[in-house]
Amino acid sequence: MNIVNFTPQSAFLGGIIIGLAVIIFFIGNGRLAGISGIVNDTLVSKQNRTDNFLFVVGLVLGPIFYTFLTKINIPFLITSSLPIIISAGLLVGIGTKIGSGCTSGHGICGISRLSLRSITATIIFMITAIITVKLIG
Amino acid sequence: MISRIISLTSGTIFGVGLSVSNMINPEKVLGFLDLFGQWDPSLIFVMLGAIIVSAPVFFLYRNKNKPLFADNFSISTLKSIDKNLIIGSGTFGIGWGMVGFCPGPAISSLALLNTYSVFFVLSMLGGFLLTKLLDRIIIPTQHT
Repeated sequence: MNIVNFTPQSAFLGGIIIGLAVIIFFIGNGRLAGISGIVNDTLVSKQNRTDNFLFVVGLVLGPIFYTFLTKINIPFLITSSLPIIISAGLLVGIGTKIGSGCTSGHGICGISRLSLRSITATIIFMITAIITVKLIG
Repeated sequence: MISRIISLTSGTIFGVGLSVSNMINPEKVLGFLDLFGQWDPSLIFVMLGAIIVSAPVFFLYRNKNKPLFADNFSISTLKSIDKNLIIGSGTFGIGWGMVGFCPGPAISSLALLNTYSVFFVLSMLGGFLLTKLLDRIIIPTQHT
């Protein structure tokens, strides 16, 4: 193992900002910022649909704001082929729906609440993701 | 009305956090998942930063019964580590490792007008709908 491209300061700062988003949504609306659930509900549930939709709109506005304020071009690179991207999207959709959450819902909100379910889920998806990268990377 | 503003604000701040940490970038996330190769531990610091901020709030609010702008807290009460949690999370991890996209960054990256992001998000929505369809037949699911 070699450690490369490590950016602890910007990562930690970005994490604190994400944590602020989580607590605002929680204290204000009483909900957990689990993004797979929010996106899924926007699609299939009438309950809180406007709130869910606006959260999703905000997610897209965030990077636009950031670029506008800092004039920094966000580094972004996808090297996967289209068939891989489509398969991965399907697996992420199916997996987060069946597993009740993703990196935000289980990884951040769930761990912060010391939920054993979420801690287990996070360990599992980290392991299968690391194995996947090892196999196809 | 205020709950709408909270939702939009919270989503926007989340998107800024993904940009600052560059977790919006699949290449950066794949660097973290490449544990046995060229490893970039940054994602751990993102999670740490977020958890340090949110954990104390969840703790302080554990006995409160009402948020500021809604009638009640809607939080998952599921406790058991069941088959769905394990199979679902395992499946999600495979998809995450294939491209380096999880739901939040994928949605946020639509702002960067990359065609691949659009294909990923559409496929993810397809995955949600497919599961809902199958849900009625074989696998009852619940989510947070």
